[in-house]
Amino acid sequence: MASVILSARALTRHFGGLRAVDGVDFDLHTGEIHALIGPNGAGKTTFVGLLSGRIPTQSGTIMLGGDEITRLAAHVRVRKGIAYTFQITSVYPRLSVFDNVALAVQQTATRDLRADVTAALARVNLADRAEQTAGTLSYGHQRLLEVGMGLALRPRVLILDEPTQGLASGEIAGFKALVRSLVPETTVLLIEHNMDVVMDLATRITVLAAGRHLATGTPAEIRANHAVQDAYLGGHDAET
Amino acid sequence: MRNWILHLGTLALVAVLLVTLPPYHATNLARILVLVVFAIGYNLAFGYTGLLSLGHALFFAAGVYGAALPVTYLGLPQLPALIAGLAAGGVMAALVGLLALRTAGVSFMIVTLMFAQAGYLTLLYFNPVTGGDEGLVLPDAATLLPGLSADAARATIAFALFATALIAALVIVQSRLGRTMVAMRENEERSRMLGYNPFAVKLAALALSGLFSGAAGAAYALLFGYAGASFATIQYSILPMLWVLMGGAGTVLGPLIGTAAMFYLVDIAGSYTTATLLFVGVALVLLILFAPKGILGTIRERWLTWLP
Repeated sequence: MASVILSARALTRHFGGLRAVDGVDFDLHTGEIHALIGPNGAGKTTFVGLLSGRIPTQSGTIMLGGDEITRLAAHVRVRKGIAYTFQITSVYPRLSVFDNVALAVQQTATRDLRADVTAALARVNLADRAEQTAGTLSYGHQRLLEVGMGLALRPRVLILDEPTQGLASGEIAGFKALVRSLVPETTVLLIEHNMDVVMDLATRITVLAAGRHLATGTPAEIRANHAVQDAYLGGHDAET
Repeated sequence: MRNWILHLGTLALVAVLLVTLPPYHATNLARILVLVVFAIGYNLAFGYTGLLSLGHALFFAAGVYGAALPVTYLGLPQLPALIAGLAAGGVMAALVGLLALRTAGVSFMIVTLMFAQAGYLTLLYFNPVTGGDEGLVLPDAATLLPGLSADAARATIAFALFATALIAALVIVQSRLGRTMVAMRENEERSRMLGYNPFAVKLAALALSGLFSGAAGAAYALLFGYAGASFATIQYSILPMLWVLMGGAGTVLGPLIGTAAMFYLVDIAGSYTTATLLFVGVALVLLILFAPKGILGTIRERWLTWLP
């Protein structure tokens, strides 16, 4: 039995009458790449919002390692090791690429800020663009910068919210290699619509539908699961 | 490196001007330098952290009275009183920030304005102690530094305070704290998800801003021998904003340029008309239309992108 780094029990969040997340149990194993999938509106972004603290939990508990973090503010959870990268690219567009990453690096116990920032940029292949203003980067490079900032925090858990959205196919290949290189030091939780990326990268997959937990298993198990096929993969409007 | 050359060079130029200018302008310059310290403080909150405060008159007045009251009633010497004023400004800003920073944007403007007005009314209410509108007359500046004339003492202290404030501001904005302050201005939600507590960072920035404002208020009272409730009026919240906007918000030297430009604009206009505020208004309209980033902000955007 693999050790659990992040877990949720009966996690719930309703918005008015909408049950965005409804009593979900979830375990993230140390060192895995875990994909979270489900049709649009399944509650994926709300669910990771609850895990990261961006959205307050209504009921249920969240544990990181052995500590309960259900009521902790988002910035405290980040310092405890949960990094979150935004679905909609959220960098500091008017600051240099260097400063964007430095803001993450200076949160860690760094001795040489400049060297550590350069190393963090090199990991996402942006080292030659350190002095550029972030807002003038191409979309793909901004996505990489966003991930680079998350990585530079040296998190225990990295939550990636649709990281390949809007990337060209060549960029996706590079991105997959990057995510693979993170484990097992970092545990990755990935929300992703691109099934090729999910099947290729994920060690395990959790499927949400209408705010509820539908299934968890290896890619092969999820492919063979009839409930999942009905709800999602086999549907006529399945997304690619 | 070029940053230090530019800023130390500016300090040297100001020092030369103080010594060589005719007495009228040298006294003006001393007055300007003290007000620049106020503007530098305002700029830390507004220009770098994005906190649009309408209550900085309260921090300035805290400095004025934090120095004037102990001098008047306890016989505290003037130089220690300067420290007392600086501390009063910082403490006042931290206290206001604890409450006002629960709001943001327009609400923050209104709440800070409200605190400043409450401070002004408090000064009037305690008229027997504070002197209210009439104020308190403080010892002559000639007693500030033994052996120096009043003018020389003013110039020396004003320059020392200005130089300290300018270098401190330069160090702060290039530090990790400075980078974090800018991060709050640019994208607070992103900063939270990098592990920063927005409230704590903004409180620190506002308290720092209050220290500068308090030091400026204390120096203004001590150098020019007067403390009054008028320093807590809305005018003293608006003025630093105008100086910073004119010089360039979020630039280290902008407050110096903006304050000097505005001071002489009013001074020169005053020799032709009593409607000096009209000139200030026209200058601001032109600025917003043609150089919304202020004088130095525009220069930085076009030519000197490395300016801090």
